[in-house]
Amino acid sequence: MTLPFVRPNSSPLPGYRLTLGYSLFYLCLIILIPLAGTFLKSATLTWPKFWEAVASPRVVASYELSFGLSLVGGLINLLFGLIAAWVLVRYEFFGKNIVDALVDLPFALPTAVAGIALTAVYSKNGWFGRWLEPLGIKAAYSRLGVLIALTFIGLPFVVRTLQPILEDLEAEVEEAAASLGANRWQTFRRVILPELWPALLTGFALAFARAVGEYGSVVFISGNMPMRTEITPLIIMTKLEQYDYAGATAVAVVMLLISFALLLLVNLLQRWIQQRACS
Amino acid sequence: MAAATLSRLTRTGPIRRATHDPRWIRWTLITVALGFLALFLFVPLAAVFTEALRHGIRGYFSSFENPEALAAIRLTVLTAAIAVPLNLVFGVAAAWAIAKFGFPGKSLLITLIDLPFAVSPVISGLVFVLLFGLQGWLGPWLHEHDIKIIFAVPGIVLATIFVTFPFVARELIPLMQAQGVGEEYAALTLGASGWQTFWRITLPNIKWGLFYGVILCNARAMGEFGAVSVVSGHIRGQTNTMPLHVEILYNEYNFVAAFAVASLLALLALVTLVLKSYVEWRANLTRIPDEH
Repeated sequence: MTLPFVRPNSSPLPGYRLTLGYSLFYLCLIILIPLAGTFLKSATLTWPKFWEAVASPRVVASYELSFGLSLVGGLINLLFGLIAAWVLVRYEFFGKNIVDALVDLPFALPTAVAGIALTAVYSKNGWFGRWLEPLGIKAAYSRLGVLIALTFIGLPFVVRTLQPILEDLEAEVEEAAASLGANRWQTFRRVILPELWPALLTGFALAFARAVGEYGSVVFISGNMPMRTEITPLIIMTKLEQYDYAGATAVAVVMLLISFALLLLVNLLQRWIQQRACS
Repeated sequence: MAAATLSRLTRTGPIRRATHDPRWIRWTLITVALGFLALFLFVPLAAVFTEALRHGIRGYFSSFENPEALAAIRLTVLTAAIAVPLNLVFGVAAAWAIAKFGFPGKSLLITLIDLPFAVSPVISGLVFVLLFGLQGWLGPWLHEHDIKIIFAVPGIVLATIFVTFPFVARELIPLMQAQGVGEEYAALTLGASGWQTFWRITLPNIKWGLFYGVILCNARAMGEFGAVSVVSGHIRGQTNTMPLHVEILYNEYNFVAAFAVASLLALLALVTLVLKSYVEWRANLTRIPDEH
């Protein structure tokens, strides 16, 4: 049953004031006031100082790295996430349930553990690194290393947003396409893929947003070379360690604004999905 | 149900071909998917345990014998033991208000609850430094009264609460919205009080969703690194959580000990995934009879 729009005072259920009041109080205390404090702090900076902090070459290089590689990582996850979701929903194979459960590993594994594990595997003496090194590919302590970590951290998003949509696809639609003469690839491109786009975009946006802010899994594998492999969250960390609170706040505010824009985008995408599902 | 099974069995050649991929495509896609997941998930996970056991079982267990490792484990458990219940109470209260009542600004509230997921962990720590640190808004006052929040345990707990804030609420809100208010109305009509309705009707209905949110919340609370790293100050034996201890050992090239502590966190992640799968399986079992 769906919830009718009940006016708060007309509902016979108790606890409206208590639960809503407590929720708002806790939300303000833990989330809103601290975040507002950060914005207020940045407002105490003069404009030239703010600009100097957020647009110095080293910081700009970090934006390029963080946003560029998050984008690439998101695209990798888009493609392979689609394949993984397809395989997990449509096919049967040995160990499928275990594989399905392990997809969530990047959510459950602490980022520091992921960071040192990826570094161990992809560094010079690691299981993969030792094969890449003779080929002239330096995986750990390079931009490729950052990309590996950012791909890892965003991996579950596309798979998990796609799975329910793929499960709900009706076989009849594909059968109809086939009986009208479409081959399998045409059916996939013209019938299945259009249904998946909103979920694919949502998964991509979520993976991208997570990767942009990621810290723990990247700092071990990246080598943290200024101008080359230094991500934006690390810039904030470095400024803090140098007691440059104003600079750290300024860069943080830029990142926060971008993250909120991304959150808004995800919300709009999800509304779009729901509307499509209803129509 | 029976009719659907029958039609699946009697499905003939061309129709079957329409919804089933040829064998070579199936095997190619399975290989690509498993290869990708192995590259990023399975092999790094295996590496944690291999590196931890590099000097054998004795070397592994001796990593836990020093007091700093034990202090880190204690602090991590303590932090989770405070952060998870607080977010649990908030999650239930928020879901009750949002799912059982109508009020303006509801979707804005839901968006605000999700906000911490959009914030970089480093910034989640920074906001508390700017509030309670010496340079922050309340810093001078706290210093005068000799209250330490940043570079102390309260800061670690606050940062952890911030990053794990949405977990329980976001599991419960859609679940309770889907369940509606019918059963609670019935209970009230039959003379139950508000609390009785909550404990006897609502709680049993949401227990699996609640448990699901709690285990995810706990995994993140114990594993949080970036946010805690900003506020902790890395004082050994005092403000070091397990993930921070992993970092310190790793940076000292004490790899076996670092991976040994990391393996405990990896085990926690695996237990979390097992419980999560179990809850999903249980939730499916209870959902099926409802549909008929």
